[in-house]
Amino acid sequence: MTQSIWRMPRWFHQMGSPKWFYDFGGSLQPWFAIAAFALLTWGMVWGLAFAPADYQQGNSFRIMYVHVPAALLSQSVFLGMAVAGAVGIIWKIKVAFMVARSCIAIGATFTAIALLTGAIWGKPTWGAYWVWDARLTSTLVLLFLYAGVMALNQAITDRQIAGKATAILAIVGTINIPIIKYSVEWWNTLHQSSSFTLTAKPSMPADMYLPLLLTVLGSYCVFVLVILIRTRAQILQTQSGANWLMQHRDITGA
Amino acid sequence: MIGFMLTIIRRDLLLVARQPAEMINPLVFFVLVIAMFPLGISPEASILSQVAAGVIWVAAMLATLLSLELLFKLDHDDGSLEQLLLAPYPSWCLVLSKVFVHWLVSGLPLILISPFIAMMLFLPDHAIPTLMLSLLLGTPTLSLLGAIGAALVTGVRGGGMLLTLLILPLYVPVIIFGASSVAAAAQGMPVDGYMALLAAMLVFALMITPWAAGSALKL
Amino acid sequence: MSSSSSAMSDLFFTSDLACERDFRVLYSSLNFSVKAGDLWHIKGRNGAGKTTLLRQLAGLHSVDTGQVLYPNEATKVIYVGHKLGLKEQLTAEENLSWLAGLNGFSTKLQRYAALEQVGLSGYEENAVEQLSAGQKRRVALARLHLCKAEVWLLDEPFTSLDQQGIVDEQDWLNQHTLAGGAVIMTSHQDISLPQVKVLDLSLYAGSSLGDLSREGGSST
Repeated sequence: MTQSIWRMPRWFHQMGSPKWFYDFGGSLQPWFAIAAFALLTWGMVWGLAFAPADYQQGNSFRIMYVHVPAALLSQSVFLGMAVAGAVGIIWKIKVAFMVARSCIAIGATFTAIALLTGAIWGKPTWGAYWVWDARLTSTLVLLFLYAGVMALNQAITDRQIAGKATAILAIVGTINIPIIKYSVEWWNTLHQSSSFTLTAKPSMPADMYLPLLLTVLGSYCVFVLVILIRTRAQILQTQSGANWLMQHRDITGA
Repeated sequence: MIGFMLTIIRRDLLLVARQPAEMINPLVFFVLVIAMFPLGISPEASILSQVAAGVIWVAAMLATLLSLELLFKLDHDDGSLEQLLLAPYPSWCLVLSKVFVHWLVSGLPLILISPFIAMMLFLPDHAIPTLMLSLLLGTPTLSLLGAIGAALVTGVRGGGMLLTLLILPLYVPVIIFGASSVAAAAQGMPVDGYMALLAAMLVFALMITPWAAGSALKL
Repeated sequence: MSSSSSAMSDLFFTSDLACERDFRVLYSSLNFSVKAGDLWHIKGRNGAGKTTLLRQLAGLHSVDTGQVLYPNEATKVIYVGHKLGLKEQLTAEENLSWLAGLNGFSTKLQRYAALEQVGLSGYEENAVEQLSAGQKRRVALARLHLCKAEVWLLDEPFTSLDQQGIVDEQDWLNQHTLAGGAVIMTSHQDISLPQVKVLDLSLYAGSSLGDLSREGGSST
């Protein structure tokens, strides 16, 4: 057994405890809820009501405030799922598999939102709801990847085996995503160039991209919030009967 | 280690020899799927020759996936997978041996029959060497990547549909470059770049499959 | 039950081995060591984890809590499970050939001799699918004679054997342990050998759910 190739730091070990995650996650939860609500409200109101209209696209560009965060999240969540899965495999941490499992549905939802808003945005921009644009196509493939992960996770009845199998598939998928993106872009060179990155100087005026930054940050907070809620729910489910849980204030009401 | 791999290869080839249908079925499936396209689209040579490359590649993908379902499942069901995993050798030896036999039995025949299929679909004659070469580089990649899915669904009931769901998205780059290479050759354009990319993907699949499928089998 | 301090004389030992399935603890804190000449009979009711324990000892089932350690890496183990690991389309001799080939090498003569020892002379070239359930079991057990392994892990090895087969097999177990091998087996049948030791899994049944999860039990 090759167990101690990578020694686990102490704090990391501690994070793997369901009790620790339940308590720490529980204390973080309200803060992320507040941050998500505030950032999204601020960004959306600013973006939808006050930001200037685009000189080419008019008001239709405003769907970007939903589309871009969803598209960013769709990929980040997949990456997060793979990282959580890898942590679970390497250090045998069950909570990590639960986190990875929590990622599936929220990631697929963000991907679906990105596709849907992309199609709606496409109608005024290209004159059709669907074109085989490179980014839409690779987002579609990403949705298929999520569908595969979801199907595998549900098909395996043993939760621990399902967790590991899902993790392997998520890792393989993550390694493949750049290759898929590259090949699809190569296949269709008629794509819009990316107009927004967090590192490069944006080509939009500040009034347009600052609200976007807010909605992106807000969406990340929503993501963390959902992960916390769903993972803690899974801990309650699987640990029911454990000593620490039976004595927990959430159960005893003390 | 070589002896271990040869043992598996010899056993699996012996099994195929006892049940040749295992080898013939994917081939018949391949031809059958392709025969549906002229029936569904049009027997017109000008139309068929345009879609020929994509049709052949999609059919090859489906034939590979269907035959992959049983790659580890039969061994799992009769318990011989346990014995293979217990051998004192790393599981990637097992994965590579099984994938090699799978490719020999289901991939290679597709390549050999592809010139006839190409003629049925009116692919220009000068594109046929490219078609065969691209299949030669691409079908092992299909077998390798598919083996990851086959390993993941080994213990799952009704894994065939699931395997397709898991693996088809991973096949996207292979079909893009494979079919594009044939289309480019049909138009008389150079195909070196495509072949290099297909070869790169084969190397890539050789790198991740042994780990991924090996750890999936040990779950 | 000796502790790990006497590790050197052990063929293998477990330390704090546990198993949980779907977050239900089957057994935990299992410490036992297996020495040359041991014959362990694992007992427990259905679902107690007997098969899982054998699979963990063989390395087929993942060990998330505790350890299974073989001090000498060269220790050879044969596992014969519920599923026999035979290919129906191949003959008895061909099956032995590939099974033995996984660990080394065997000659046709040796394979014939092993099949003779399990009473299958004359069936060497029959496809396994033509054999009865008891005969299939004998083919699988023929590996015990063909591949020289110190440790035999046998899951219900008497299943579908006839009266004579059960007597014969107890004789093999006896000879193997007297020759310095070790056997760990599950069976609903009692074994009438003097050296048999019983491991009752119900003594290690999980006390409380979730106690295995890393710090779960140590809440303050």
